[in-house]
Amino acid sequence: MKNRVKRQLAPYLLVLPGGIWLLIFFAVPMITMLSLSLQEGDIVNGYRFTGHWQTYVDAISSYQTQIVRSLIYGAVATIILIALAFPVAYWIAFHGGKRKSTYLFLLLLPFFVSFVLRTISWGQILADEGPVVSPLRSIGLVGDSFHILGTSYAVIGGLVYNFLPFMVLPIYVALERIDPRVVEAARDLYANPAVTFRKVIFPLALPGVFAGVLMTFVPASSDYVNSAVLGSAGTTMIGQVIQAQYLVNSDYPTASALSFVLMAVLLIGVFLYARMLGTEDVMKVAAR
Amino acid sequence: MSAPNFSDPSLLRGLTQRRFGRRDALKLSGLAASGAALAACGVQGKGTSTASAAPDAIAQYWNGKVKNGNMRFAGWPLYMDPKQPELKQFTQKTGITVKYQEVIQEMGPWFAKVQPQLSAGQSIGYDLMVITNSFQFTQFRDSGFLAPLDLAKLPNYTKNAADSYKKEAFDPGNQYSIPWASGMTGIAYDRSKTKRDITKLSDLWDPAFKGKIGMFSDIQELGNFGLLAVGADPGKSTADDWEKAAAKLKEQKPLVRKYYDQSYVEALGNGDVWITQAWSGDIFQKNLSDGSDFRFVIPEEGGTIWTDNMTIPVTAENPVDALMLMDFFYEVPIAASLANYINYVCPVPGAQAQMRTDAGKLTGEDKDAALAVANSKLVFPTAAEYSKLHYYVAFETISEQQKFQKTFEPIVLG
Repeated sequence: MKNRVKRQLAPYLLVLPGGIWLLIFFAVPMITMLSLSLQEGDIVNGYRFTGHWQTYVDAISSYQTQIVRSLIYGAVATIILIALAFPVAYWIAFHGGKRKSTYLFLLLLPFFVSFVLRTISWGQILADEGPVVSPLRSIGLVGDSFHILGTSYAVIGGLVYNFLPFMVLPIYVALERIDPRVVEAARDLYANPAVTFRKVIFPLALPGVFAGVLMTFVPASSDYVNSAVLGSAGTTMIGQVIQAQYLVNSDYPTASALSFVLMAVLLIGVFLYARMLGTEDVMKVAAR
Repeated sequence: MSAPNFSDPSLLRGLTQRRFGRRDALKLSGLAASGAALAACGVQGKGTSTASAAPDAIAQYWNGKVKNGNMRFAGWPLYMDPKQPELKQFTQKTGITVKYQEVIQEMGPWFAKVQPQLSAGQSIGYDLMVITNSFQFTQFRDSGFLAPLDLAKLPNYTKNAADSYKKEAFDPGNQYSIPWASGMTGIAYDRSKTKRDITKLSDLWDPAFKGKIGMFSDIQELGNFGLLAVGADPGKSTADDWEKAAAKLKEQKPLVRKYYDQSYVEALGNGDVWITQAWSGDIFQKNLSDGSDFRFVIPEEGGTIWTDNMTIPVTAENPVDALMLMDFFYEVPIAASLANYINYVCPVPGAQAQMRTDAGKLTGEDKDAALAVANSKLVFPTAAEYSKLHYYVAFETISEQQKFQKTFEPIVLG
């Protein structure tokens, strides 16, 4: 009898630490933030809960440009990331040989330096009189007013640079798990390398791509470091706006409302994406 | 340079400060009840209706407070010689040890960081802090977070400070603050790129410099230059002037490379901008340390002057020691020594003669450098310079300040 109770309780007890963690570090801040977003007042006199939904309307109408811009930057960066990361992951997985772990280590090596510092270094490299633009200008390839820093190219470039490993690693893991005999079987059945790639390798790698997209698109869209350091007045992303509302203006309701809007937009986007790609199929493949 | 401020743990603490009791958590099961739980987590303010301290507030605050022999000082990067010679002398003279930390980089984040503790009546771990006469100064003051100063205990200040510092609009009569240093906001430019001398604000609107113009992201700094450009005096401006200034700045936006924080100095050095809004001391220091030749001008239409101020947080544990240190920095030799290092406007006019005397004791390059600082109009502006400098907008209420913010914010966060 006692044992049965224990057995029934066991799963709940096992979930408990994770559950408490989720409650304290996710649910509580979320609810606090939701409450904040519905409050009115100012930092000196305090904010009071009034159920003021108008904050959301005002926040969206004031900053829709930045929200849309962030999503576009995030999406463009993600597409470029797939194009860059796939060959890298493919090469390491299939041609890395004994040195696979060395290559992976090299890929992660820059991460031993704070990404803020690395982004600031890019700011120096891409500066108007930095080592990139200066030579181009002096050989006359570009005009006097040409610059990279402060453009959307620089911001998207920074996003791609900073998030590359997060795309490479999941794709690598998916590719690595492909049974070489499956590839051999394709060759035995007279599939040429291109067909093998299209019909066997790529579909098997899709779960990795899917995971990579989640791991890059979401943080890239809400990032504010790259646009703050590498961008200009015309490249402000929503993360910068939220940061400014919290820390510079102490306008907690607007900042919280914007955070929720961003979260909702990203969740809906990810949900649609999962539906479109047919996650179930992807997951089934992954489970095999 | 000060990097942008990233995720701040104490902010998070502030946001989640209202505790959720067990009962509150249980309430979440019902939808109606969850509304009540949402309402429970307000952010408390400490607003006081008046901006000035009650007459007996000073006596009340200082009553029973004694010297403790140690104190902690919150300052800004590059705002004191790292060897801290002035603090060493202070310790020698008074026996009070000072722990100095460069913990303040921007006013907004600093306010966000200490607000929860001050609201709860807890010590912030510092007895003296240097804060700018910005939005946040008003917020600190109106929240009742600043200790009222006992001017009778500040004899050096009374004797040596320039009169103009005793009647600044943000704190008339020095009820809560005395200046640490002041600075001017003007225009810095690279003469080799602009190919001409810059004298006017309208040069910041010159299409010839498209993409090479820098402006400040700080709403007040930006707004001030907009106001000056439309011919308004920031200190006396009205909401109508703000609208006009914002329109003028929007007109300029396509020409602007970026709205900078402290990083404008690097941008100028990298050639990203040729002409930019700038703080006086930075350019002077940059030229002195890098051998660069950037120029700094107060535009004909005028520039602005701001003041960083020493204040005592109301919850300080060692306010008497802090007050003694405040006064110590107004001894002429100490003020001279500080100005010699930081190169910002010195609130003690008598320090100039002292610095010339001190420079006379040096030789060679050191002497030249010291004399350059002593004779600099950026450290000791002349009456003519002062007449071109305007004070910041002084906000009566926080709603007025929010209106100002909302007027100019869309320009920076475009």
